[in-house]
Amino acid sequence: MLFFIEVALSGLMAGVMYSLVALGFVLIFKASGIFNFAQGVMALFAALTLVGLMEKFGMPAWLAIIGTIAVMIALAWLIERVMLRHLVNQEPIILFMATIGLAYVLEGMGDIMWGSDVKVLDIGIPQGAWDWLWDQGIYIEKLEMFAAVTAAILVVFLAIFFQKTRIGRALRAVADDHQAALSVGISLHTIWVVVWSVSGIVALVAGIMWGSKSGVQFSLSLIALKALPVLILGGFTSVPGAIIGGMIIGVGEKLAEVYFGPMVGGAIENWFAYMLALAFLLFRPQGLFGEKIIERV
Amino acid sequence: MSERNLGEVILAVHNISLSFGIMKVLDNISFDIRRGEIRSIIGPNGAGKSSMLNVINGFYHPQQGSITFKGETRKQMAPHRAASHGIARTFQNIALFKGMSTLDNIMTGRNLKMKTNLFWQALHIGPARAEELENREAAEKVIDFLDIQAIRKKPVGKLPYGLQKRVELGRALAAEPDLLLLDEPMAGMNSEEKEDMCRFIIDVNSEFGTTIALIEHDMSVVMDLSDRVLVLDYGKQLADGEPDEVRANQTVIDAYLGVPHE
Amino acid sequence: MFYRETGQFKANYQDDQALFPIDQDRYVIFAVLFITFAVVPMLLNQYWLNAILLPFLIYSLAALGLNILTGYCGQLSLGTGGFMAVGAFSVYKLMVAFPELGFIPLVLISGFITAAVGTLFGLPSLRIKGFYLAVATLAAQFFLIWLFNKVGWFFNYNATGMITSPPMTLFGVIVTGPEANPVAKYYLVAGFVAVFALVAKNIARGRIGRNWMAIRDMDIAAELIGVRPLIAKLSAFAVSSFYIGMAGALYFAVWLGSAEPTEAFDINQSFLVLFMIIIGGLGSVLGSFLGAAFLVIMPITLKNILVDGFGTNSALAAHIEIIIVGILIIGFLIVEPHGLARLWRIAKEKLRLWPFPY
Repeated sequence: MLFFIEVALSGLMAGVMYSLVALGFVLIFKASGIFNFAQGVMALFAALTLVGLMEKFGMPAWLAIIGTIAVMIALAWLIERVMLRHLVNQEPIILFMATIGLAYVLEGMGDIMWGSDVKVLDIGIPQGAWDWLWDQGIYIEKLEMFAAVTAAILVVFLAIFFQKTRIGRALRAVADDHQAALSVGISLHTIWVVVWSVSGIVALVAGIMWGSKSGVQFSLSLIALKALPVLILGGFTSVPGAIIGGMIIGVGEKLAEVYFGPMVGGAIENWFAYMLALAFLLFRPQGLFGEKIIERV
Repeated sequence: MSERNLGEVILAVHNISLSFGIMKVLDNISFDIRRGEIRSIIGPNGAGKSSMLNVINGFYHPQQGSITFKGETRKQMAPHRAASHGIARTFQNIALFKGMSTLDNIMTGRNLKMKTNLFWQALHIGPARAEELENREAAEKVIDFLDIQAIRKKPVGKLPYGLQKRVELGRALAAEPDLLLLDEPMAGMNSEEKEDMCRFIIDVNSEFGTTIALIEHDMSVVMDLSDRVLVLDYGKQLADGEPDEVRANQTVIDAYLGVPHE
Repeated sequence: MFYRETGQFKANYQDDQALFPIDQDRYVIFAVLFITFAVVPMLLNQYWLNAILLPFLIYSLAALGLNILTGYCGQLSLGTGGFMAVGAFSVYKLMVAFPELGFIPLVLISGFITAAVGTLFGLPSLRIKGFYLAVATLAAQFFLIWLFNKVGWFFNYNATGMITSPPMTLFGVIVTGPEANPVAKYYLVAGFVAVFALVAKNIARGRIGRNWMAIRDMDIAAELIGVRPLIAKLSAFAVSSFYIGMAGALYFAVWLGSAEPTEAFDINQSFLVLFMIIIGGLGSVLGSFLGAAFLVIMPITLKNILVDGFGTNSALAAHIEIIIVGILIIGFLIVEPHGLARLWRIAKEKLRLWPFPY
C-alpha cells in the first residue's frame, strides 16, 4: 500500500513537470491559436543558456537566471518579427508546421552555442529525499516537491495576470478574435511578444526543474511530445487543465509502468500517455476543461 | 398561384422542438410542403429558420417531434441519408469546397450517383471512366443551365460572392434532388443578381419539378415566388398560409413586416 | 511562345479530362519517363543510387501516401514512421516465411497489411479532428515502434532486434540484400513508383479523390451532400497506409538491407515525410515528388558544401543542417504555403504567356 502511494506521488510529481511544459503551450495557444511545437525545445534552450551563462561566464545563479530571461524575451521578439508577423491568418496546420521548423532551428542553435553534451544544472535547489516523508517510508525527492510548489505559484500568478491586469484582458481578447482585438486598438504584435516571452519564462522554469532532476540534454525536447496528451486531457485552452492533465498523465504512466509494465516487457511509458489521451478523446473530444465547439452551418 | 399543379405532401414536419442546452431554438413547429411547391420560411434573424432547415437535413437532431419525408417518418436522420433520399441544400454562409474548381464542386454533387469502386477508379478505365464521363455530362447540363461555363475550371475560392452562390446552387442541383432547401440564396446580392437567382429558382421549379423550401428576407421576392409562406419568430410559429394571408396577418406585421410609411 | 495552348481544342469531355490535356505537358512527361527508364540506368553508379535515387524514389512513394491522407483528405498524421515499420516488418516476415511467392507480390501484401493497420488507427478520426487526430497518430507511432522493439516474434527472436533482408530474386536477378544488382534495384523501385503515382493521380481525379477533398475543405457540407465521412476518411487512411507500407517495405528490403525499428522508423521519419509534402505541396502528386527530391538532395548538398567545401567538422555540419532545414521550412511556409507545386504552377502560368508579361 505504501508502495502504491509512493508510485502515485512520484507520478504526481512527474506530472507536475509535464504540466510546466504544457502551461507554456496553453499560454501561446490561448493568445494566438498557435500550437507551439517548439515549447519543449524552448525549455531545453533556456536551460542550456542558463548553464552556459553560469559555466562559460561564471555568473552566479541569480544573475544567470535574469540573463536567461532576457535572452528568452529577445527570442520572443525575434520570433514575432521574423516568423509570426508573416504568418498572420494562415491556417492552423501551417502555423504548427512553422513551429516545428522553429524547434529545429532552436535545437541546432542550442547545440552550436552551448555544445551538445549533457550538462549538470545546479542552481541550489534542494536535492535528496524529503526527510519527513522518508521517515514514514515514502521516498519523494525534495526537488520534485520544490517543482510542485513552483508550479502552483506560477499558476496562481498566471491566473491573476490573465484575469486582473490590462494586458491579461488584452490577451484574452486576442485569443477570442484577432480582428476584433485589432479594431479596439490592441496591438497584435506587442501581445504576441508578451505571450511568447511569458511562455519562454515558463519554459525556463520547466527547463530548470527538468534539468536539475536529470541533467540538461536533448531528451528534454522530447518532453514536448509528452505534453500533447496532457493538453488533450486538460483542454488546449485551460491553465488549470494543464496542471490536472499533467498530474493524471504522470500518475497514470507511473502506475501503468509499475503494475502492467513487467507483464509486457516494460517501457510502456513510451506510449501509454498517448493511448490514454486517445481513449479520452473518444469520449470527450474537448478535454476536461476545454471549450465545447458547436458547429454552425 | 392556385392554378399551379401541386402534388401530394412530400415533407411534413410534426411538432419539432429543438434546444441547445437551455436555449430553445424551435418550439413545436408543424408544417408541410407539397410536391412541386415553392415554400418560403421567413422571420427575423435568430428566429430559427436555418435551424429548421438543419433539422430537415439531419444535421441537427430535434429533442421532440418527427419528420415525414416521401412517406417515411423518422425522429432523426443522418445527414447523408437525407441526401441520398433526395434532399439537397445551399447554405447561408457559402459552404463550397474552396480547394476545388467549379466543375469539381458540381461533380461532388453527383457523388451519390456514382458507384464504381476503388479498384476501377485506380485504373481509370472501363466502368470508372464511363461513369466519370456520364456524370461530367450531367454536371455540364447544370453548368449550362446556370450559365457559368466561363468559370468552370476556376478555383471557387477566387470567385466573386454572387458567382459562388450560383455555383453552390449548381452543386445542389447536380444531385437531382426532390426537395431543394435554399438558405438565403439572395443574401448580399444586387438587384440584377437577385433577378437572375429568382429566374433560376422559378426555372428549377418549372422545368425539373423540384420542390423548393426557401429562406429569404427580401419580401418582394418571397411574395412573388411563394405558393405558401411560414413565419417563425423566436422559434415559434406565427403564421402559415398563402402570401396574401400572411401579409395581412396582424401578428406577423407586428413581429416582422411592419407597415408601409405614409 | 513555347507553351501556348492555342489550337489545342478538346472536342469531347474525354479529352478534356485526360491526364495531360496540354500537349506540351504530355511531351515533358514522356521525356521524364524516358530519362527515368532509358537514360539514368546507363549513367548509374552505386553512390548515386544509394545516396540519392533510391531514397528519392522511396520517399516519393511515402510522400504520395501521406499526401493522400493529409493533403487530399485533410487528416493530419504523425504516424508515418510507424506505418513504414509495419510495411518493413510485414515484408520481412513474409520473405522469411513465403519466399516462393515472389518479391513484388510480397511487397503488395505488406501494403495491404499496413492498410489494415492504418484503417484501425484511423478509426478515431471519426470523432476527432485536426491536432487531436495528430495525437492519435502519435499514439500509433510510439506504440508500433515499441511493439516491434519488444515482441520477439517480429524480428524472429534474433539477439539484436534488427531485421535483415534475405536475398530475393526477380526474373533471376537479386534485388534485395547486400548482393543485389543496382540496376535491377533501380528498375524495380522506379517501376513501383511510376505505376503507383499514376494510380494516385487516377484516384485523386475521380469520385473518391473529390470526396476526400470535400471532407478536407468542409466536412459538414460534405456530409450534407451525401459524402459518408466514415467511408471517406477510412478509405484515405487505408490507401495512404498502403502506399506508406510499400514504401517501408522497399526502404528496408531494397535500400537499407537491414533495419532497427527505433532508428529507421522513429518520429523523425514521420516529420521528414510531413515536411516533404508541405514543402512539395499538399494535395499534389507532383508536389510529393518535388518535396521528396528537395529533402533528400538538400542535406547531401549541404554536407558536401560544408564538409568538403569549407572543411567544417561533420558534427557541426549536422547542427547547421538542422538549423537550415528549420529555416527553410519556416521560409517556405511564409513565402508559399502551398509548396513547390504551387510555385511550379505559377511558373507554368508565366510560361504560357511568355514572352508577354501578362
